[in-house]
Formats: sequence, structure tokens, C-alpha cells
Amino acid sequence: MNLHGTPLSIAIFSLFVAMVLWLSYFFARKAKSAAGYYAAGGQIHWAVNGISFAGDYLSAASFLGICGMIATLGYDGFLYSIGYLAGWIVALFVVAEPMKRMGKFTFTDALDAKFNSRGIKLAAAISTLVVSICYLIPQMNGAGSLVEPLLGLPHWVGVIIVGVIVILIVSTAGMTSTTYVQFLKGGLLLIFSTILVGFLLVRGLSTEPPSLRGAAGESLLSVPEQTTEAALAGEGYVLAHTAGDLLKFTQNGAVSWYKKDADGTLWKTQWEGAGLVNGTPDGLLYPVGRIKQIGGMSAEAAAKGTGRLNMVNFLATLTRDDTRIEQWHKKTVFDEAGVKYAVYYPKTVSGTDQMKPGVKFKVNTGWEKLNFVSLMLALFFGTAALPHILIRYYTVPSPACARKSTIVAIAAIGFFYVLTLFMGLGAATNGTVNPADNNMSAPLLAMSFGGVLFAIISAIAFATVLGTVAGLIVAASGAVAHDLMDRYGGMNLTEHQKVKAGKVAAFVVGIVAIVLGIVFRGVNVSFLVGWAFAVAASANLPAILMLLFWKRTTAAGIVASIIVGIVAALGIILTGPAMFAGPYGLTAEDAWHPLGQPGIISIPLSFLTLIVVSLVTENKRVAE
Amino acid sequence: MLHGPAQDSGPDPASGYKTRLGVVMFIIYCVVYAGFVFTNVLTEGKAMQTIVVAGLNLAVVYGIGLIVFALVLALIYNALCTKKEREMASAGPRGGKA
Repeated sequence: MNLHGTPLSIAIFSLFVAMVLWLSYFFARKAKSAAGYYAAGGQIHWAVNGISFAGDYLSAASFLGICGMIATLGYDGFLYSIGYLAGWIVALFVVAEPMKRMGKFTFTDALDAKFNSRGIKLAAAISTLVVSICYLIPQMNGAGSLVEPLLGLPHWVGVIIVGVIVILIVSTAGMTSTTYVQFLKGGLLLIFSTILVGFLLVRGLSTEPPSLRGAAGESLLSVPEQTTEAALAGEGYVLAHTAGDLLKFTQNGAVSWYKKDADGTLWKTQWEGAGLVNGTPDGLLYPVGRIKQIGGMSAEAAAKGTGRLNMVNFLATLTRDDTRIEQWHKKTVFDEAGVKYAVYYPKTVSGTDQMKPGVKFKVNTGWEKLNFVSLMLALFFGTAALPHILIRYYTVPSPACARKSTIVAIAAIGFFYVLTLFMGLGAATNGTVNPADNNMSAPLLAMSFGGVLFAIISAIAFATVLGTVAGLIVAASGAVAHDLMDRYGGMNLTEHQKVKAGKVAAFVVGIVAIVLGIVFRGVNVSFLVGWAFAVAASANLPAILMLLFWKRTTAAGIVASIIVGIVAALGIILTGPAMFAGPYGLTAEDAWHPLGQPGIISIPLSFLTLIVVSLVTENKRVAE
Repeated sequence: MLHGPAQDSGPDPASGYKTRLGVVMFIIYCVVYAGFVFTNVLTEGKAMQTIVVAGLNLAVVYGIGLIVFALVLALIYNALCTKKEREMASAGPRGGKA
């Protein structure tokens, strides 16, 4: 994708970052005490806290990841919206008020309120650190994706910029500034996403939307070339390698990859590999995502477009069985010499298939069903176990305020998640999807309406990452300074020392996040966040729920369930197909097992561990 | 140092009622959410493509419905909790602050 920042986009972006830093500086004076640094003094208004919740929660995963996944996979991406929002029900009905009553600064405080156990302090602090880092990876990755088109800088530079700015924010002000940054960003994200969807509905649907027409009205559509093996052979192409349904041809030394359909048709693909992009060292991938046929309309009428649509008509038109949408999928393959290639190929689907689950999360085989249930389970139970969400309950004055702020969050987040369906489908039909990195689909959709909207949306998305990363780093630094050093290590730090230790911890966690953000480039950020949810749901939620609702829970049971939850969830992820096809540089078939989502095993295992260990240790205690 | 709440919000006599109400509402939502998940799994996605209203399929209607249902339940929960907190606060001098 040939994308460069304009002076306007750079100016708007710089303005946002400057505003965030000013807010940070302004509220720095409130962070002198530990309560100020970690919990904003417990004095944030519930309505502000509610929108800040939305700011925290509508991270890169929601705005960039979900829209990107819908843009490339259709309805499957929306499953994340449904699951993420449903998770707030657990937070509201079960966790919000008790957490506020029990805790002081951190999730560990709440968990340890009954037992005062060193083991719980250690296990919960480790869990907070692990979950925060899992959640930080996609945020940093998303930041890199944003900076590429916005400022014309490489991905890794974007990751470093976010890391440095956030370390600066957190080490100056803590939770108060983080709260107001989140409030500002959450509010702006809702407003401008609504504007973007409004523009999209006014434009309607077209097989040749304005974004795919040149200045003189000419079509800029990049239609994939369709051919046959015989035709290619006639042109001197030689079949060099077959990797499943992907065929590598060479012609006078030049490489081409084609995707073979069941009927023998070959489709020209886009590809990256051997230091080349689409065959040349400085080659570019062209943007994809178009509607090929609008149900019930002739080709001529469909090219002119439907004109303005309302929300229901927009979705209904895309759902028709005679509507055709071109999706682009990615496959990692190795050629005859063992050289790795990423091949992007088109696949035309009907509206019926686009608008139902099943492209990524199929439910035909036993493993596929298990994966789907596992994902939905982790999304449902993960929210209420995320440390950076839990610490926001300590920023309001009372349990009732914690409840009310959660309801504001549900309203704001629910509204936004409905919009993700429109933004994702809008990108899928307006030629604004980067096949190599679908995370930029929503901002690129905004770009199709002009540079100003793109710059504003991108700057908000960048602020989204900044705010979420800041919240995560506050949570992680709290785990190190307050839970590990002060409470577990018994160092009895003064208020000043505790704030200082938190800032040093924030710096270290920030560096770790920068490195991991660069390593995971190109992986959909929502998919990565799904893992963070699975780890949180496995490690933290059984402990929280059983502590609240099962009187026989013991400290040893809580410690065991947290450790088993972390190890099981991470173990399944690290040995699963997505890691092998991604960071390990192998293929999904090399993975130890086909389970992509760990929740279905790790969450029940963590519950079971807590129950068994609690019963055993309770009996021991009674016997003694 | 103390490890209690950052802000002492006083006793909350309505907490037992709110906990019970929260669990009931949580179970209601769980059942509806599980309905979505298992409708997809058990019919291998086929039921999800059924057009149910205004040209929209079950996947879209159920999915958006789950989001709207969460907000409706949350508002009902808040209204009932606030009512109970007011009743308890007016019933005696030891009532908790809302």
C-alpha cells in the first residue's frame, strides 16, 4: 500500500499528542500520593469514569482489529463485538460493586482482602503483569499499523513512538491523567465513528464507489486476473511448485503465485516473499475489498450505486444471496527451495456467507466447534478479569458510582460495537483494505471521504492506543510496586517511594511492550486481544467469582487456580496454530494441536483446581 | 499501611439484595448468550443465515439484539438497585450512601 502522511494529517496528529501530553502535565500535581497515582484519589465522577471505561476498553482491538476483521472476513469479526460487550454483563452484575468494596488500588488488594496471604499477592501480581503484557502487544502492534500511513513511517517507529509517549505520560501523572485522556478519547471516538458511518450510509453501496474512481471519473478498480494453467503455459509460464491450492509459476526467472479454484480457474494473487512484493523489490500491494454484484440490481445500476441507505437497508442489501463480495485471504506457504511466502488471494462470497459466522470460525468439525465455543467463552468471561478495567473501579467514590459508571460504559461501548459492523463492511466494499494488514481498514475507509476525516480518525485511534497502553502500564506498575515490592516483599515503602517504584516499573514494562509490539507485526490486533481475554478469564475470573460466591474458598485454592489458569492458557496459545503460522515462521499444520483458543480448557481447569485445592486445604486446616 | 478501600463509602445495607439481583440477571443473560453460541454450533451455522426480519438474518438480529439486551438489563438493574438503596437509606440512620 502506497500511503504517505499529508501535512494536514501530521498537524492534526501532532495536535492530539500535544493535547494528551498537556493533560498529563496538568494532572501531574494530583499524583503526589499513592492514592492519586494509582486510583486518581477515588474522586472521579461516575459519568466521566463511564466514558473513560469506554476509552480504556475501545482499544486498538475494537476500533482497528474488529473493523479489520469484518472487512476481510465478514460477520466473524462482529463475534468479537458481541463477546466483548457481553463481558460487561459479568462486570456489572457480579464484579463491579464487590470489587469496589473490597479493594484499594489493585485487583490483588481485592482478591487478598479476606486472606492477607503472601501467596495470593505474588500470584495475582504475576497474573496482572502477564495479562497486561498480553494486552499490550496488540495495542503496540496497532500503533505501528497506524503510523505507517499517517506519518509515512515504518511500523517499528510507530511502536517506539507510542512506547516513549506513554512512558512519559505514566511516569508523570498516573491514573488521573489516564482517566481524562480516556474520557476525551472515548468521547471523540464515539462522535467521529458516528460521523464516518453517517457518511458511509449517505454514499450507499456501489460496485464502483467514488473511492475507486479517478479525478476524471475513470475506474481505478484493481480486478484480479483470471486465467487457466493451459493459457499460462502458452505464455511461457512454468509451474515451479504446488502448495495446496496455491501454485507458483516462473517466467524468465520472474515469480507469480496463482490460486486454483475447484473448477480449475486460476486467480492471480498478491504476494510477499524472498525480499519481493508482487515481484519487485520496491513493489506495493494494491488495496482490496469490493462488492462485485449488488443483489437485485443490473451491472450498470450497481456501478452507479444504490444512493443513500438507512442502517437496515445497508445490512439487508449486503445480506442478499445474490449479492457478491470479494474477500481477500492470506496463506503462508513455502516454495520448492523452502523460501517463505505470504500469498493474498481473492475469494468471491455471497451476501449470505458474508453476513453469517463461518469464514474464520467454522463450526463443522469437532475441533472447530470447540474453538468457537472457546472464543465466545473467553470473550464473555475475560472483560471482568482485565486488570486495567478492574482498577478503574477504584477511581470513583462509592460502589453505587462503580455500578453507574459501568452502565454508562455499556451504553457507550454497545453503541460503538454496532457501528463496527458498518465500518468493517464499509471498508470491505469501498476498496480500502490493505491485504497484508487489515488493522487499518476503518481509518482507510475514512480516507476515502477525505484527508481531514482520515487524519482525525487516525489521531483518535492513536490516542486510543496511547490511553489504553497508559492504563495497562499503570495496572502493571501497580502490580510491581504496590503488590510485589510493598506488600509481598514487605519493603514497607513510603508513599513517595511507592509512586517512584511504580514509575520505574512503568518504564520497564513499556520497553517490554515495545519489543513485543514489533515482533507481532501484521497479526490482527483483535485476534491477539482475544488471547489476552482468555488468559485473564482463566487466571483471574475463577478466583474472583469463587471468592465472592463460595465460602469454602481458601488462599491456597486461589493461588493454585491463578497459576494453573495462566500456565494452561499460555501453554495452549504458545503451542497452537496461530503462533506457528505467525511469530514462529512455520505453518499452522506444524502446531502441536489444532486448538486456536484456550478458554474452553483453561477456564474450567482453573475453576476445578480452585475447588479441589480449596477442599483439600480446608480439610487440612480443620484436621489441624 | 492500610489495605482497605481508597475511599470509605460507608455501610451498604442493600448489598445483599443487589448481589442476589445481579446473579439472577447474570444467569438470564448467560442463557440468552449461550443460545446464540449453541444455535450456531448445533446447526453448523445454517440457522444463522435464516432471514428473520426486514431482510436481516438471524446472525445480525441476534448479535445486535444481544448488545441491546445487555443495555436494557443494565438499566433495569440500576433502577432496582437505586430504588432499594433509597428505601434502605430512608429506613434507618445507618443506611449507606448511594
